[in-house]
Amino acid sequence: MIDSNSELSREVIIVNELGLHARSAAKIAALANHSKASIWLKKGKERADASSILDILTLACEKGSKITISIENKADADILAAITELVEGGFKEPADLK
Amino acid sequence: MKSIAEEIIIKGINASPGICIGKAYRVDREGVEIVEKYKIQAKDLSNEVKRFKAAVKKSRDELLGILKKSPEELQHAHILETHLALLKDKMLYGRCIETIKQESINAEWALKTVISNLREVFQTMIDPYLKERSADVVQVADNIMRNLTGAKQVNIAAIKKRVILVAQDLSPAETCQINLERVKGFITDRGGKASHTGIIARSLEIPAVVGLKEATSTIRNDDLIIVDGNSGIVILHPTESTLLQYEERKIDYEEYKAVITRDSKAPAESLDGVRLSVMGNIELPEEVFALLNYGGDGIGLYRTEFQYFNRTDFPGEDELFDKYKDVVEVMHPKPVTIRTLDINGDKALTNQFNYEETNPALGLRAIRYCLKKPQVFKDQLRAILRAATFGNVRILFPMISTYFEIREATRMLDQAAESLEKNGLPYNRDIEIGAMIEVPSAVIMADVLAENVDFFSIGTNDLIQYSLAIDRGNEQVAHLFQPLDPAIIRMLKHVADVAREKEIKIFMCGEMAGTPHHVPLLLGIGMDELSMNPQSIPDIKRVIRSLNVADTRSFLKEVLTQTTAKSTFELIKATYGSILSEQMYSEGRKK
Repeated sequence: MIDSNSELSREVIIVNELGLHARSAAKIAALANHSKASIWLKKGKERADASSILDILTLACEKGSKITISIENKADADILAAITELVEGGFKEPADLK
Repeated sequence: MKSIAEEIIIKGINASPGICIGKAYRVDREGVEIVEKYKIQAKDLSNEVKRFKAAVKKSRDELLGILKKSPEELQHAHILETHLALLKDKMLYGRCIETIKQESINAEWALKTVISNLREVFQTMIDPYLKERSADVVQVADNIMRNLTGAKQVNIAAIKKRVILVAQDLSPAETCQINLERVKGFITDRGGKASHTGIIARSLEIPAVVGLKEATSTIRNDDLIIVDGNSGIVILHPTESTLLQYEERKIDYEEYKAVITRDSKAPAESLDGVRLSVMGNIELPEEVFALLNYGGDGIGLYRTEFQYFNRTDFPGEDELFDKYKDVVEVMHPKPVTIRTLDINGDKALTNQFNYEETNPALGLRAIRYCLKKPQVFKDQLRAILRAATFGNVRILFPMISTYFEIREATRMLDQAAESLEKNGLPYNRDIEIGAMIEVPSAVIMADVLAENVDFFSIGTNDLIQYSLAIDRGNEQVAHLFQPLDPAIIRMLKHVADVAREKEIKIFMCGEMAGTPHHVPLLLGIGMDELSMNPQSIPDIKRVIRSLNVADTRSFLKEVLTQTTAKSTFELIKATYGSILSEQMYSEGRKK
């Protein structure tokens, strides 16, 4: 699922049961907070600042949502990769937590 | 400004006796202090931002402290981690700082605006999980707010004036968040005599007037007010002469109380030699000393909810055990009746309830809650069984409405004992087990329930509420909350008759037991033990000493022919008016 702008953005599908809830958002934000420039999550026409849990939550991403993660500075490529891995790995959460 | 204000008298309901004079301290609906808005000068803006950052840091340190103490397997530890992250979230932290700078306003107001915007965003979301996240945001914000306004509270302490709380309503959880060292009395807009606020005020022995309707709209912070908990009035901006008059009344009342207390330690024995145990209801371990002071023969109701308030996790077994042990040891050999957790919507743990019940009185509370949360229940049962090795303990299960519940509760108590045995911890399973009779179905099924317990304890407040369908906190119908309603008297008699037939003991621990003019009736019904707010003990003992139990039995027959609460009350007055006259004297004095 890598598009032409592969260096700056990735498209991922939310696979974990709970979607982007507070804990998973917190994990993304923790990574995004180390970035040099802004990192965005896009869903449809809306976008959220990946370093803000609250902003991520307002995107209301349930399981199966397609989102695009994008960076503004190539130096943040590692963080982009890490967030992608986190999302695709379902945040490694046990199935029974909510 | 204050000097020209006119004296205003506001009438309410007298919920807890006593008189206090002091400065008003308003608490708004959410239990967070009224937020003031004021401009910050350009040169002070960076300091205001610093003040905000300091409050956030303090909240962060507090959360880290709680996290450290919480066992990892607890789910809510994750919630706390999220809260920790939220503290520094751009949309909260960042925006507050921006708002302070851009609008040149104080940090409290900036926080308030940012939060109400965020709350709106979340509340319009469709996903119920996300909708609930607004609660997290509000909790985090409340935390910061408390630390922001903390400086003001220090000021109040610094002027060495204790305050009078003015609120629309206070939940029990809120009441225990408030530093009681600094609270002289309560006044609230809502509530009736038997509301939780009133009960708590009485148990803490501070004056309270409730059901004031307009109090919070007319009284401002720092206004001088007099609270007369005897006659149920509040005087705003009292004149010099009113102040003098009330200072005198306050002294009079305290003297009267001292006289009543003097012979309270002697046993309560009727004229014909029947001895009754007069016990106290307590909520906090600290109340034990007041109870003994008032001459209580034991604890008839130890409410255990307080240890569950004001925190985000459940108290552990050892912590509970320590608290129970303290009380049991001090009371030894007098009995301590520990009522298991009676949590409901009104007394909810922070974070434990993410949903709101539309009808908490009929919801998941007390034994229902405990049976649904076996681990929480088991921790408490183990703590009680362990404390029972230090004195005279009885266990009381609240809100029993079916036979199944008492059977399950007993089974879990046995399991708790077995697990303690396995762990090699000392415990005492040989304790009396009781069922609270506070739901009409339990009254009807009393004969079946009696087979499984050693005693019944009638909780009149809930029994009246459920039987007459009266919300005791609703001032529109509070006047219909009538302990003397013939339906209630018949229910009490039925339960007492069953208890005698099944040879188990019958106690009463509701408010009704602490009202002097109910005593002749309760003796006639055959109560073995009455338990009440500690400060009522001396008065009730005095009434019992002046009664003849044989007479009260024939009096009961007459009472049972009455058809209304009013005629029952008239009959009591006509028959026992002279014995109760001292009480009436005190009531007359309140006017």
